Amino acid sequence: MDIEAKVKQIIVNKLNVSEDKVVPEASFINDLGADSLDTVELVMEFEKEFGIQVPDEDAEKIRTVGDAINYLKQKLGQA
Amino acid sequence: MSDLKGKVAIVTGGSRGIGRAIAKVLALSGCSVVITYKSSVQQAQEVVDEISKFDSKAMAIQADSARFEDAQRVVDEVLKNFGKIDILINNAGITRDNLLLRMSESDWDDVIETNLKGVFNFTKAVIKHMISQRYGKIINIASVVGLIGNPGQANYAASKAGIIGFTKALAKEVASRNIQVNVVAPGYVETEMTEKLNEEQKKRLFEMIPAKRIAKPEEIAYVVKFLASSESDYITGQVIVVDGGLTA
Repeated sequence: MDIEAKVKQIIVNKLNVSEDKVVPEASFINDLGADSLDTVELVMEFEKEFGIQVPDEDAEKIRTVGDAINYLKQKLGQA
Repeated sequence: MSDLKGKVAIVTGGSRGIGRAIAKVLALSGCSVVITYKSSVQQAQEVVDEISKFDSKAMAIQADSARFEDAQRVVDEVLKNFGKIDILINNAGITRDNLLLRMSESDWDDVIETNLKGVFNFTKAVIKHMISQRYGKIINIASVVGLIGNPGQANYAASKAGIIGFTKALAKEVASRNIQVNVVAPGYVETEMTEKLNEEQKKRLFEMIPAKRIAKPEEIAYVVKFLASSESDYITGQVIVVDGGLTA
C-alpha cells in the first residue's frame, strides 16, 4: 500500500470518518471532528504504523491530511 | 479491592515514608509495583523483599525524579518488564526548609525540580502509553502545606500548590481517555520528614490537629489505593485532603 493510501486508512479508522471526507486539505480538527488529543493519537498511530519517531515540534505542524501525507513521504524519503 | 489485581504501578520515592506504605498497600492488593529511589538502595531493596513475600512482583529502579531522562528510562524499563503501566504515583519529594529571608536559590530550585518538575517528568513519560491503552490512574502526593502554607516552607508550599494546578489541568486534558488524575494532600505523617521536628514543634502541632495525632503512612496509602481502583473512576482533578481535621 502506498503512503497516501495508508495514511488515509489510518485517519478513517482513528477518527471514524468516511473516506470521501479524507481529502488533502481537510483539517483534522476543523473538518474531521478531531479534538486536540485525537491529533496527538493520530501521530502516535503514524509512528507505530510507519516505524518512525515524530518529534513534538514536527507533530504540532501536522494539521491536515495533506500535512500528514507530505510529512511522512518526506520522512520516509519518498517525496 | 480485587480489581487492582494484575495492575502495574510505579511509585516514585517508594523506598521510604509515605511512598513505601503506598507500595506495600498496592502490592497487598495484587499490583505489580515498581518503586524508584534516588539514593537509599538498601531501603529500596527491603521494600522489594517485603513485597515479594506478598506474592506480588516488585522491582526497584534508581532514578532522580528531577531528571527527565531518568523518568523516561524508568518508564521504558517498566514497559519492557511488565508490558504496561496502569498506575503512576508521583510521591518523590524533598524539603529544604528555611525562612525566605535565608532561603538560597538552590534551596528553591532543588525543591521545585524534585517535587514539581518530577511530577511533570514522570507523567510526561507515561502519558502516551496510558492514552493508547485508554486507561490510567495518576495520583500525585501533595501536602496541606500547598493549600494553607507553612512558615519556612515557601519552596515546598509552592511545589505542592504547583502539583495541584498541574493535576487539575491534566485531569481535564485526559478525562475523555479514561485516565483519572488526582491529588492526595496529607497533613502531618509519621515519616523521616516529620521526625526532623523538635519536641516543642511537635507539641504545638498536636494542639493544632483536631485528631490530636499525626497520621500513619498507611492512612495515606489507603486513600491512594481507593483512587487507584476502579471504584473511583468518576473522580478526577480533585484534591483529597487527609489531615485529621487540620484544614477543616
